[in-house]
Amino acid sequence: MNVVLELNGERVEIDVPPRTTLADCIRHGLGRTGTHVGCEHGVCGACTVIVDGAAVRSCLMLAVQADGARVTTIEGLTPPAGLSPLQASFRRHHALQCGFCTPGFLTTAHALLTQEPRATRERIREVLSGNLCRCTGYIDIVEAVYDARDAYLSKSPGGKS
Amino acid sequence: MLRLHFAGLPNHDTQQPPHVKLPAFEYAAPRSARDVVELLAAHRGAARIIAGGQSLLPMMAFRLVQPELLVDLRNVPDLQQIAVDASGIALGARTRWCDIEANAALRIAHPLLTEAVRHIAHYQIRNRGTVGGSLAHADPASELPCIVVTCEAAIRVLGSAGERVIAADDFLLGPLTTALTEDEIILEVRLPAWPRTRRWGFRELSSRAGDFALAGLAVFYDADDAGIARNAHVGMFGGAGRAVRLPNAEQALNGTEVDGAAVRRVAAEAAAEAEVAGDIHASADYRRSLVATLCERALSDAAARANA
Repeated sequence: MNVVLELNGERVEIDVPPRTTLADCIRHGLGRTGTHVGCEHGVCGACTVIVDGAAVRSCLMLAVQADGARVTTIEGLTPPAGLSPLQASFRRHHALQCGFCTPGFLTTAHALLTQEPRATRERIREVLSGNLCRCTGYIDIVEAVYDARDAYLSKSPGGKS
Repeated sequence: MLRLHFAGLPNHDTQQPPHVKLPAFEYAAPRSARDVVELLAAHRGAARIIAGGQSLLPMMAFRLVQPELLVDLRNVPDLQQIAVDASGIALGARTRWCDIEANAALRIAHPLLTEAVRHIAHYQIRNRGTVGGSLAHADPASELPCIVVTCEAAIRVLGSAGERVIAADDFLLGPLTTALTEDEIILEVRLPAWPRTRRWGFRELSSRAGDFALAGLAVFYDADDAGIARNAHVGMFGGAGRAVRLPNAEQALNGTEVDGAAVRRVAAEAAAEAEVAGDIHASADYRRSLVATLCERALSDAAARANA
């Protein structure tokens, strides 16, 4: 079936069988391999992408369901040169090691801080509970997200008031 | 603009189990509930509705279901409304958990519902999963089936024979089994009005945040002028095949002043009457003990809200 979507700001059109998950469509069909696929049944969070502003598991969404949607992957969160403030914070806090889960954490945290730039540590932990990391443990990741809040506060209208 | 063709991954159907990729199916995204019903009827039980897909897609990945056709509700209008009026609350079938979480009016109009929704799965899943999907799926460990049973909600459905309204208690038949016929679609769930002074509590326990609950309790009652509990409702989920009310516990709660001794007495009744099953996650004895503990905590929360 034909699917037209906006991927990281670029309009793309792709023909996929209906059973293709959005994750496989992004990786194999559209060649953006930054989105990682772990469990493929909605447990690990590695495949998280942002669809119309909401973080979703791309293994639990069909590509055909994303027709007409705005999809943002880790490639879309990364500036042409250097790192985004959130990515820089992950690096500063040693919030990644092997890197497999990292795109899922970054997309989830980006969606959260965009909507809730004042998220507390408790809220960050609650939201990140849907993502698994087997390397660093979670403390550094929570701290990295918490520490990146300023960059989102200054972006949101009336954020710093 | 990129133009690509993706034929799918090789060898899906020749792979030996464990399968992970989805089995093949046809897909339709009709523009009205009536069209959904027609497609369901034409496929005689071999079609499935997909809304958020947060339970259906994993089940398909594991080959627990292999529908011929998925009928997507994404283009069906008027299924996403949240309406609050004097008679109660109506939630369209395609209302997502995140829509409920974001709705400030609901926090006052039905605090038990919003608290229960906070416990559902994970952030990303709450951004896709829907009210109607949860009810149609009828997982024994899901929160919403317990809320609709405890609150005596009504579920409005549409089928080839027209619309009908099903009481929540008649809707849930058992694990993953509902009163829906193969050509019916859920339109909305309607929860009765919630008095502002109502006392309530919701507790569940799961091994890790976002996991399925080992057991959970939803309780509410109205207190009269003397502080005596009336209209007690106690619902349990996760213990056995479906969410149920616990009538002995309700009876023990009605007519009492809700102090520590009463809370323990009601909790003991709940544990005694609860039908619980053991599985790989917890033994039946553990679950029975958990029902008592959760009931005690939920009731204590309810009593504490009286003074808040």
